[in-house]
Amino acid sequence: MVDKLNDDIGEEKRLQLWEMMLKLRLVEKKAYDLFLQNLIKGTSHLALGQEAIAGAFGVALKQGDYTFCTYRGHAHTLARGSSIEGVLGELMGRQCGLMKGKGGSMHLTDVDKGVMGSYAIIGAHLTIANGTALASKYNKTNEVSVCFFGDGTTNIGAFHEALNMAKIWNLPIVFVCENNLYMEYTPIHEVTAVEHPAADRAGAYDLDKIIVDGNDADEMLRTAEKAISKAREGKGPSLIEAKTYRHSGHSRADPGKYRPDEEVKDWMENKDPIKNYRAKLLDFNINEKIISEIEEKIKDQVEKATEISMASPIPEIKEIYTDVWANGGSEWHN
Amino acid sequence: MAQLTYRASVSLAIAQSMRKDQKVFFIGEDVGAAGGVFKATVGLLEEFGKERVMDAPISEQAILGAAMGAAMTGLRPIAEIMFSDFLAVCWDIVANQIAKTRYMSDGQINIPLVIRTANGGGSKFGAQHSQSLENWSMMIPGLKVVAPSCPSDVLGLMDSAVKDPDPVIFYEHKSLYAFKEEIEQTDLSIPIGEANTLHEGKDITIIGLALMAQRAKDAALILKDKHDINAKVIDLRSLVPLDLQTIKKSVIETGHVMTVEENPRLCGWGAEISSLISEHCFKNLKGPVTRVTTPHVPLPSADILEDNTIPSVELIVNEVIKKLKGE
Repeated sequence: MVDKLNDDIGEEKRLQLWEMMLKLRLVEKKAYDLFLQNLIKGTSHLALGQEAIAGAFGVALKQGDYTFCTYRGHAHTLARGSSIEGVLGELMGRQCGLMKGKGGSMHLTDVDKGVMGSYAIIGAHLTIANGTALASKYNKTNEVSVCFFGDGTTNIGAFHEALNMAKIWNLPIVFVCENNLYMEYTPIHEVTAVEHPAADRAGAYDLDKIIVDGNDADEMLRTAEKAISKAREGKGPSLIEAKTYRHSGHSRADPGKYRPDEEVKDWMENKDPIKNYRAKLLDFNINEKIISEIEEKIKDQVEKATEISMASPIPEIKEIYTDVWANGGSEWHN
Repeated sequence: MAQLTYRASVSLAIAQSMRKDQKVFFIGEDVGAAGGVFKATVGLLEEFGKERVMDAPISEQAILGAAMGAAMTGLRPIAEIMFSDFLAVCWDIVANQIAKTRYMSDGQINIPLVIRTANGGGSKFGAQHSQSLENWSMMIPGLKVVAPSCPSDVLGLMDSAVKDPDPVIFYEHKSLYAFKEEIEQTDLSIPIGEANTLHEGKDITIIGLALMAQRAKDAALILKDKHDINAKVIDLRSLVPLDLQTIKKSVIETGHVMTVEENPRLCGWGAEISSLISEHCFKNLKGPVTRVTTPHVPLPSADILEDNTIPSVELIVNEVIKKLKGE
């Protein structure tokens, strides 16, 4: 039962979180549909089932804060307020895309919204996120940097270099490990020396061991707010391990057959963050009409954004030669 | 008028940039309290303090990642990689992240940073602390590649590198740290992408970089004094951007070209220069472009082995004579 009298989150923020998570879910579903229609080429790594993590941080962060995500970054980008057509347009290689087709699904970037890039080489962006955090410290400003990554990242060197540096320099940064139990196709426990791939390493860098149910949106929001406040108050970095599960395979090419049917069924039916949060909203006596109106609004937004993306022109070929350098061009000799 | 070593010009160049712009900070291993393993950054910590001169752990990925992230916000970091050979352990950050992020973001992000690194042989350090790796970075779109050959170029090119809105890899040559030059004015600025002529001549064009440019100049003096050959020596100063016009102008005059590289032959920068010359000046050539390089081997350590691997002044002289006189 929910404790309505001691509700630390409140209806307004819960509905904000609901709307956010729903948007992430429905856009990812739309991306999947567009793939099946061959309107999105290349690869794509969907975050279906993991929406509570990006959603909670999206609600908790302030304008001006910096986020860094991985190639599984559509949700994290949308969570900062990037437009749906900006994301879908980029996936479809259209001019309305966030980077006008120059980056694609794995590199979504929207600096105006604080989305400092999506990174497709495991581990790199943890070190880069330290840099924006270092800049905030250097400039004596109070932005917080947040870096999302998967469980597989905890076994690459850059993870360890980045945590050590963040700690010794007391950087205003939050590292968020989304442990979806699988490193691509391999169960993470088969290739990791410790049970909790991120949290069990925290002690090595004098950080608290933080494990959270990444599919419980309220808990995720509380954990995010606490770590963000700590960073903003100059009290240093945090490493959060959020347990979650992806509903689809690793990437477009992967049907995810290596996962036991029972396990998939359990996560889909009993631990789906969206389904469970809807039930929780009702438990908190939030009017179902309001919940449904938000659902309709988001569905409508996704459809309109899809239409905008499909109508947007493809890039001009001359764009190949732009923006290698800050002068806008690509020349390398006189 | 003061005599300045290449080593001292490095710390002075960094200090001058840091005095001019509060956005500039310096990060690396042993760069602050220790003054750098080559003593090229002595005095910076004392002048600018720990907030702007940061001693980092042995974490090359974390160093360059932090520099990149800071640069993305508009700061202008100078990051040191102690030996250029160590670029191999952070090459993802250099080649995939720093180089490509501007392009992939459709120009949303600029990365105005400088990576300084001690490059090249001559110190008998063996194959993992002696390489000349300019060509590694030359082949990656998005990186500028600078390699100064003298103290005044260190001062002038560092000033431009720090001000440059794009990432610059600044290769300092270990064997030049003791090189001295009389310098009147230290607050210099030299545009990146302008080659320098170290010796005038119309018989042959010799193109070099860093230590090899200085050796080519020494060779040109011998060729003039003892062999009546007038060689034009072009110090490229930077591979990207490349001053092709200066090369073309000289090749049209001389018709003979030699590149002198410290790296192994395969895919060395001289191959690209040779290709450009054949595209742009084919009709002016009186013979094939000659490439003088190290052989295709890792650098050995012992005196006699290293000395006979890296192109020497004597080798350059002999190769020019062979080329022009068929001897």
